[in-house]
Amino acid sequence: MKLYCLSGHPTLPCNVLKFKSTTIMLDCGLDMTSTLNFLPLPLVQSPRLSNLPGWSLKDGNVFLDKELKECSGHVFVDSVPEFCLPETELIDLSTVDVILISNYHCMMALPYITEHTGFTGTVYATEPTVQIGRLLMEELVNFTERVPKAQSASLWKNKDTQRLLPSPLKDAVEVSTWRRCYTMQEVNSALSKIQLVGYSQKIELFGAVQVTPLSSGYALGSSNWIIQSHYEKVSYVSGSSLLTTHPQPMDQASLKNSDVLVLTGLTQIPTANPDGMVGEFFSNLALTVRNGGNVLVPCYPSGVIYDLLECLYQYIDSAGLSSIPFYFISPVANSSLEFSQIFAEWLCHNKQTKVYLPEPPFPHAELIQTNKLKHYPSIHGDFSNDFRQPCVVFTGHPSLRFGDVVHFMELWGKSSLNTVIFTEPDFSYLEALAPYQPLAMKCIYCPIDTRLNFIQVSKLLKEVQPLHVVCPEQYTQPPPAQAHRMDLMIDCQPPPMSYRRAEVLALPFKRRYEKIEIMPELADSLVPMEMKPGVSLATVSAVLHTKDNKHALQPPPRPIQPTGGKKRKRVTDDIPDCKVLKPLLSGSIPVEQFVQTLEKHGFSDIKVEDTAKGHIVLLQEAETLIQIEEDSTHIICDNDEMLRVRLRDLVLKFLQKF
Amino acid sequence: MDPECAQLLPALCAALTDPRQPVADDTCLEKLLDWFKTLTEAGSSLQLLQDSPCLVELLLQVPKAPGLSPRVLAFSLRLAGLLAAQEDCFQFLQQGELLPGLFGEAGPLGGAAWTAPTVRSGWIQGLRSLAQHPSALHFLADLGALDTVVSLQGDSSLFVASAAGQLLAHLLGLSLRGQAEGSPGPQVCDWPASAQRIVGHIEESLCSPAAPRVTQALNVLTTTFGHCHQLWAQVLWARLSPLAACLLEKDPVPAAHSLVDLLLSAARSPALSSDRSRWETVAQALGRLSPAHAGPLALGLLTLQDCPQALSAQAFTVLLQPLACVLKAATQAPGPPGLPAGPEGDPAVADALLSSRSACVGLLCQTLAHLELLQPLPQRPAPWPQAPLLGAAVTVLRFCNGSAVPASGSDVGGRLCAILAGCVRVQRAALGFLGALSADTGPPELVTQVFAVLLDYLQSPDSSPTVLKKAFQATLRWLLSARTPPGCCDLDPPTQLLLRELLPVLQRRLCSPCWEVRDSGLEFLTQVVGCWAGQAGFRHALLASEVPQLAQQLLQDPESYVRASAVTAVGQLSSRGLPATPAGPEHPGGPQKSLLPELLHVLAADSEGFPRRAAMQVFTQWLRDGHAEVAEDTERFVARVLQAASRDLDWEVRAQGLELARVFLEQTLGQPGSRCPYAVAAPEAAAPGRVAQALRAACRVQLVEFAFRALFDYDRPVAQKSCDLLLFLRDQAAPWDSLQEARGSPDVASVEAALRRWRAGEQGQPLGPLEPEAVLAVLRSMDLEGLRGALAESSDHVERNPQSLLQDMLATVGILGDNEADCY
Repeated sequence: MKLYCLSGHPTLPCNVLKFKSTTIMLDCGLDMTSTLNFLPLPLVQSPRLSNLPGWSLKDGNVFLDKELKECSGHVFVDSVPEFCLPETELIDLSTVDVILISNYHCMMALPYITEHTGFTGTVYATEPTVQIGRLLMEELVNFTERVPKAQSASLWKNKDTQRLLPSPLKDAVEVSTWRRCYTMQEVNSALSKIQLVGYSQKIELFGAVQVTPLSSGYALGSSNWIIQSHYEKVSYVSGSSLLTTHPQPMDQASLKNSDVLVLTGLTQIPTANPDGMVGEFFSNLALTVRNGGNVLVPCYPSGVIYDLLECLYQYIDSAGLSSIPFYFISPVANSSLEFSQIFAEWLCHNKQTKVYLPEPPFPHAELIQTNKLKHYPSIHGDFSNDFRQPCVVFTGHPSLRFGDVVHFMELWGKSSLNTVIFTEPDFSYLEALAPYQPLAMKCIYCPIDTRLNFIQVSKLLKEVQPLHVVCPEQYTQPPPAQAHRMDLMIDCQPPPMSYRRAEVLALPFKRRYEKIEIMPELADSLVPMEMKPGVSLATVSAVLHTKDNKHALQPPPRPIQPTGGKKRKRVTDDIPDCKVLKPLLSGSIPVEQFVQTLEKHGFSDIKVEDTAKGHIVLLQEAETLIQIEEDSTHIICDNDEMLRVRLRDLVLKFLQKF
Repeated sequence: MDPECAQLLPALCAALTDPRQPVADDTCLEKLLDWFKTLTEAGSSLQLLQDSPCLVELLLQVPKAPGLSPRVLAFSLRLAGLLAAQEDCFQFLQQGELLPGLFGEAGPLGGAAWTAPTVRSGWIQGLRSLAQHPSALHFLADLGALDTVVSLQGDSSLFVASAAGQLLAHLLGLSLRGQAEGSPGPQVCDWPASAQRIVGHIEESLCSPAAPRVTQALNVLTTTFGHCHQLWAQVLWARLSPLAACLLEKDPVPAAHSLVDLLLSAARSPALSSDRSRWETVAQALGRLSPAHAGPLALGLLTLQDCPQALSAQAFTVLLQPLACVLKAATQAPGPPGLPAGPEGDPAVADALLSSRSACVGLLCQTLAHLELLQPLPQRPAPWPQAPLLGAAVTVLRFCNGSAVPASGSDVGGRLCAILAGCVRVQRAALGFLGALSADTGPPELVTQVFAVLLDYLQSPDSSPTVLKKAFQATLRWLLSARTPPGCCDLDPPTQLLLRELLPVLQRRLCSPCWEVRDSGLEFLTQVVGCWAGQAGFRHALLASEVPQLAQQLLQDPESYVRASAVTAVGQLSSRGLPATPAGPEHPGGPQKSLLPELLHVLAADSEGFPRRAAMQVFTQWLRDGHAEVAEDTERFVARVLQAASRDLDWEVRAQGLELARVFLEQTLGQPGSRCPYAVAAPEAAAPGRVAQALRAACRVQLVEFAFRALFDYDRPVAQKSCDLLLFLRDQAAPWDSLQEARGSPDVASVEAALRRWRAGEQGQPLGPLEPEAVLAVLRSMDLEGLRGALAESSDHVERNPQSLLQDMLATVGILGDNEADCY
């Protein structure tokens, strides 16, 4: 059993598990932090961005000045943003049988895998994962396609050139494999390969293994997966949460008794408590708005925003913010808000019960109804008519490299009254802000990550007790910035096995058993004999039938009875199908008694030698040797068949036959 | 006993002994016992029995009546004990063989009723009351009661077990006190048999391998040393302390908690003051007990006045050890290195700290709480290690928020880091302790670190509301301790630096979605303004921030507690001349909005009581301080406030209204409100001219009508306060004879008529315009002293008298059918 690790990002995993005869890809996350090296794509021509000076080498060489621009001491690639794909060379991806998706953030690389690697298998995911994942992809495609950029920079990627660049470009990994965003056509084609599944549904893969999605409590439709055969169980834990937010709670019990637990997707901000961050978010929001400033919240169109809107609903009146407009701008804003209301069965119990009242499970419906929250596909069109300040804007993309957020950063960045509040933990906010410097607007970092923290993980591991834990190497040591925090790493016994990008792990357990079924008629014919109390044996003669990784013992074909003398016997009929069965023997030979028996039968001059495996009985006179071991007995005599048979019969007296 | 009760008592006694009657509840029987107790304390029990033969009958009947409720049984046992506490009465009851019937084999002892814990408890308490004189000892010996008491020490009911232990201690004391020939002998073998038996039993228990028995014996001894001041305690200690020392040799020490209690009891006992050996045992215990048990012992020793120097040094070291361990576990621990930690104790403390999360948290919280208790005491150890303690508190807080770096190679540090990260209990304890440490100064670099860590906590989004509250309190204490000496007009640089960072944090906290946080933020603001309003640096920083505006906005908060705190805060800001300027850049230097209408609106319209009470307090304070908005037109202000207060449904608001009225009267009468309440001379009456003026003003603002109405308020405190106010007014006007008596005038008649109607509950009737003369006449005609006396009686004084109790009990059993029970 092997694990091929195609991504080094602990929360955007992409691993391939070879288990029995199947090849299973676990998630295909897309590392978008590569986009931070690029200049933002403004929706409206930005004189500031287009007038940035080109970058030149120390020796004054300017051959890169078209591709690289300098802004406040940082160098950015002036090109369409590109993404860092999972490793494609480590394993032939056309051999992947299935892809299991655990949540919508972990499927963003799907089109790259399904469309360009010869992949012919099936993808499994829950319905909300697919629908919201589609929205995220649609938004991404929209953001990058609506601002076409003629130039595509490639010179800087040359290995020799890259070495000369300043950090972080110099240290960027695998830049040659970075790719531009996929197209909508590719998205549609990739999503068409998905088969929808429900929680706890058992899916057979080629009869060899069974996979089951379990609720993971992190996002709508998010799942952990169990991959098991009859005697082995692998659990795959991806983004999971034990907090009470909108999704169905995490199913922990089903993870018990795993041989291997692959643990990914823990919180990216282990020191921050989401509740405290939500409080911080609202304090800063209220403070800004009360002073007449605007608040910008760069976010994904789904996920934490639902919880934020819900808190907002409770807080808005008490904080005296009822007259402040809240805008949610995304090409998929409308779909996202509406989809969230129709996946009742995937929601937490509280929200499910609301549906029976009937009421919309999320209170953002009421915010929209009362015109407190307005949503628009983009800043063009209706929004520009309705726009009032001061206001609060939720919009993407959290990387600040594309999407409507770029426009608001340019618009509001110059005033210190305004505030940008980062809630998504995926991007470093300082790096995200780098191309906007110098910036007068206030920046607040309130990352809200509801995924498991290390305390919860250690409780979880104590509870489910897997034999082995496999996790990204980042989880086996404290974060570099807080090297003394020994509590911020996975602590379990035995210590976890760690992996890094492009590594192949041999998982530490051997398969020892295989299940074989016995057909009822064959089972009927068995005659068990009790060897000792509680243990019975029976001999079986059968044909082993193997198909689709399932093994069955079927009754042997009956010997064809001679059908009369007239027909000529065929040659094959002469050979009896079944020989007369020799009895099977069991038991052990007590050496002393055996020697006595030999003496009784006239053998003398008997010598017994102890060996490592048993005994040797030497009949010196007859020049014969009887070698008795635990599982075999040999009689060695020279061409005296009579003697051998006599001795054999004496040996057999001590053994049971059946 | 009054005749009415004497008349009711026989019927009640008969009812109690009748098993068919429903039994009165426990509280009634408890009250009845209380009554008998007051009777026996006031007079002769014998007389009581002779006057009320029904009581003797009751005590006779009870053991014989089958199927009697356990409560009545227990009541009778306790009553008998209470009566027999007086020796003559004891003899009287003995004559009738009544006591053995109740307490001996013939009674409930050993019978079916004995299974009820109430009965066992009653038996012990009865004996406890009874055992007051030597005859009682003989009685108990004849009865063989000691065995039963001893066995009851292990009773399944904790109350019974504890009472049995106390009875044993009491009996020991009594048997030694009862010695006719003066003090008991210097050897236990010279003591009376009963005392020897008890001591023997204690000795046996102390040597027992069963921990519960050891605990029982230790508890008896603790009680004994706690109460006994006689010399025989020395004999007892000399005999038993080796056994206690033996317990310390065991590992783990059994019944450590009780042992600590005993040692502290012995250490405090004046009877043992000349005995030096007890200090040796205590010193041994400090070294042997686990840190969790040694801590309380150390604290107890350090609070003693006469603890030997060496021992208190040892105790202090023990107390400090957990913190020393924490300091050692962190690199760059702030401050001068280390606390004095005994080298031999250190590993044990580290083990205790790391054994489990709960043990670590418990030990640290206990240590911090102990030190917080010790800090303000005059007998605290000197020199007080202020700097290391500050360092330790800061380090603990840093471990809790993950910013402490463990010492390299220190296993303890790594584990502490993992255990303490985010631990709210330890955070609260450490912040409390840090606040307490502000009473002493520290080296400047440490104070800077204290400010830094406090700021970290105030800023951190992860601080829970309770932690934040503690952080605010600690910050306030440190800020106050950093006050500049008089004569210096501004704050020192580190404080100014803190302030610069503190105000933005406060701003954010006032916008928190969590109401507890907003509330503690406002409380902090109020307090800090109260102390610092005079500092120019502070005023400047505050006015430059948005804090005053935010506080004013919180007057509209949905949470009533927050609104109340906001009212107090803006009231404070306004009286200190720090008003909120209009928010937003669009009104630079706009006209200042008056706060008075807003607060009046709160008083008139807020749906909850807390903000209205707060508004009344602010108004009263404003009136006292001569606030500018009040001084503009004081009469109009008072009239408006009193009008709103009089309609309020909350009695505290009305009572506060009377307080405000009093301040107003004092001011118009020309008396400084802050006159010393303990002044020897009676307050001088005001000059007649002023009185007339004041009365007229009081009538104009309808203060008099407000006070008269309040006199008949359904809430007693309001009526009392009003009575006091009117008395004050009347006394002030006492020498004012120059005015003609208005008695008999139509004005007076109408006031009196209105008062009568109000007394009858018709509060709707308004009182027309009043003349000072009429008011005075009415005041003089009223029996205000009498009214005050009536109001001083508690509202249930009628229900609490014994007659009412007896009637109620009889009504329950249906004997007094027509008595109307109090309906509540």
